[in-house]
Amino acid sequence: MANDFVTDLCERVATAAARGERLRIRGGGTKDFYGGALQGEVVDMRPFAGIVAYEPKELVLTVRAGTPLAEVEAALAAERQMLPFEPPHFAAGATIGGIVATGLSGPRRAYAGAVRDFVLGARIVNGKGEALSFGGRVIKNVAGYDVSRLMAGALGTLGILTEISFKVLPLPPAEATLAFELDERSATAQANRWAGQPLPLSATSWEGGVLRVRLSGAASAVRAARERMGGTEVADATPYWSDLREQRLPFFASAPALWRVSVPQTAEPLDLGTTPLVEWGGGLRWAVGDVDPMRVRTSAEHAGGHATLFRGGDKSAGVFHPLKPAILKIHRRLKAAFDPAGILNHGRFYDF
Amino acid sequence: MAVAAAIDVRAALLDALRAIRPPLPIIADEEGLKPFETDALIAYRETPLMAAIPESEGQVRDVVRACRRLGVPVVSRGAGTGISGGAIPRGDGVLLVMSRMKRIVALDALARTATVEPGVRNLLVSETAAPHGLFYAPDPSSQSICSIGGNVAENSGGVHCLKYGLTTHNILAVRAIDGDGDLLEAGSRALDAPGYDLMALLTGSEGNLGAITQVVVRLTALPERTDTILAAFPTVRAAAQAVGEIIGAGVVPAALEMMDGIVIEACERFMAMGFPAGAQALLLAEVDGVAEEAAEMLALVRGILGRCGATEIRVAASDEERARLWKARKGAFTALATIMPDFYTIDGTIPRRCLPEVLEYVIELSARYGLMVGNVFHAGDGNIHPCIFYDANKPGDWERAEEVGGLILERCVEVGGTITGEHGVGVEKLRQMCVQFRPRELAAFHDVKAAFDPAAILNPGKAVPLLKRCAEWGGMHVRAGQLPRADIPRF
Repeated sequence: MANDFVTDLCERVATAAARGERLRIRGGGTKDFYGGALQGEVVDMRPFAGIVAYEPKELVLTVRAGTPLAEVEAALAAERQMLPFEPPHFAAGATIGGIVATGLSGPRRAYAGAVRDFVLGARIVNGKGEALSFGGRVIKNVAGYDVSRLMAGALGTLGILTEISFKVLPLPPAEATLAFELDERSATAQANRWAGQPLPLSATSWEGGVLRVRLSGAASAVRAARERMGGTEVADATPYWSDLREQRLPFFASAPALWRVSVPQTAEPLDLGTTPLVEWGGGLRWAVGDVDPMRVRTSAEHAGGHATLFRGGDKSAGVFHPLKPAILKIHRRLKAAFDPAGILNHGRFYDF
Repeated sequence: MAVAAAIDVRAALLDALRAIRPPLPIIADEEGLKPFETDALIAYRETPLMAAIPESEGQVRDVVRACRRLGVPVVSRGAGTGISGGAIPRGDGVLLVMSRMKRIVALDALARTATVEPGVRNLLVSETAAPHGLFYAPDPSSQSICSIGGNVAENSGGVHCLKYGLTTHNILAVRAIDGDGDLLEAGSRALDAPGYDLMALLTGSEGNLGAITQVVVRLTALPERTDTILAAFPTVRAAAQAVGEIIGAGVVPAALEMMDGIVIEACERFMAMGFPAGAQALLLAEVDGVAEEAAEMLALVRGILGRCGATEIRVAASDEERARLWKARKGAFTALATIMPDFYTIDGTIPRRCLPEVLEYVIELSARYGLMVGNVFHAGDGNIHPCIFYDANKPGDWERAEEVGGLILERCVEVGGTITGEHGVGVEKLRQMCVQFRPRELAAFHDVKAAFDPAAILNPGKAVPLLKRCAEWGGMHVRAGQLPRADIPRF
């Protein structure tokens, strides 16, 4: 059954490639809003679901791409483990393959790592209809180029993910959230000072003049850090962090356009024309409203980062940050090698 | 004809490299090239056509461009501590020696980053960061001499990977000159960069995708407290079970190292460490973090070790005691190597649950081939380093050692693991690459290579075997007396 799906998929891709017909890879469709225009006939990955292997004592999980993220998280939670990059669902039905393809990480990213950091291996079907396997199910592996990590955030343009192996981590036993009244500049500086100390930080957020800091770890460690850091403890903050991750906070509501600005964590407040919501200790700044795209891109670039038109807005000027010529050259060559007919998620990432 | 053409290329290359401004040292005489014939995999030697020693990114770019124009291979070399042969020169190529590019360009304590040139020694980064309460986490055992450029090229690990990750997890940005002579800026000082994750490809590419000219590394807060605990077990199986129990209990130790009976015997013979009679495995665990957390974890680990049948448990209470416990891990092989000078180190990784099974297979092979094999594991990562001892003066001994090594690696692949966890493929494991990957994956690797280096001038012939040459085979041959850098810790 499992092999049948992949065999059929290979055939379908090879046929489409021969005819030059574009394919649009889709899981739950919860991130259809993300990236360039959707083109081509849908390849529904949801039938290819299920946990292939999960041995909690190995800290390794192997799962088919169409598996609902909620199912993966429930299986991990039952063993008191987690996907450390805290991925956003954005709606019911998000799949694990979609998470890896979009490469989106949540609030814990600045302190635990991104999707790509936890990908150990990936099976894909490339644009020629070949089933390939890279990486593996072990934590250390330097045989061959790290193609599985390359798949994280490539938006399916280099291959259709069919199976992914992750490193997972234990759930922290205790959690607490502290709040501090600080302006943007001071909040970012403070978050960075704390990150340079042995404190169990697991998330930060700054909005409306309040810095929130989440601590995760052993109960004793969280207690000690709380005493050292001061601030006001926020009772029952779990919903706040999941609302932040899922962009359900009022800040995100009914924005005509949402910009994701990724900059060095210590960057000074940016000239965006609007006050951002700041995550990741200053590394991620969300801007909403009718902002000037050029201004956002220029500010991000001056600070050493990049900007993405995350939701809404006018996508005609490009969603993702323009690439430098030498980097773009490598992109085109990789795309030409993995998907020579240019049929996989065409135009979703850049103009290829 | 061919000889005349080779002479022409050599002369043209020399002219081209000497025309680079500002000028850089070019070594082209045999005597001067002698020290560069090999890295720490000394079974292979080759005198390069010439060596260039740049001190700037511009010079690296110009050397690569000259080589590209003339179709001459370029091999990058850092400190020469690699043990899979990644930096072994080519007789028809230029060796790009990065030892003069050793500036720490900037250290930003608030941002927790260090910007370094490729020739900077790994340990120097941590030493420079220490006054700020920070360190650079990847710590390959050669960290006092190996350099960051080489670490990125090999995606180096160390003993603290389970908790702190590999090189790929601890760098933010890489600048490299690709095979066209273009500067690639991969990654960024932000937590992500637009486009494909080219930094993931460059890391561990063994010099095949670019010559690294600068790296921004991520620094980590030094733990407030570190506890080290050493336990002796009557069987490897019991020790392996303890490893699983510790991780299953939600502890991610900073280090979790295992040593077998051969190592214990060496400890007894050379260091009189006084382990209980009949101990067949040692487990060395380190937990760190916030003081309260480390203390809590230590108590938990101690309890698990006891329940899993440890016959003795030693806990370090001071740095001095910690060093003594680590001696069992680090000192035993040095001692063994003084009486058994020739050894071959394997670098497979396996799912942890297969540790007892694979180790039993190694013991069986050891008996079958009549060769002593000592085992050290990064048990937490499932990264095994069986050390096969042999006598290079005994005809056939090395060939048997090589055969045992090959069989162990093939078993690693069979149980779902890999042929190299942290040492790299280089020239040493090209044959095993053919065991681990099918032709179609190898073809994809060649495609990746061509995207960065269409003329295949960067370290050609290493890391990924040509499909038609899947029968190539090599090995690490550590030979007493002839071994350059005999001081390099290899596991």
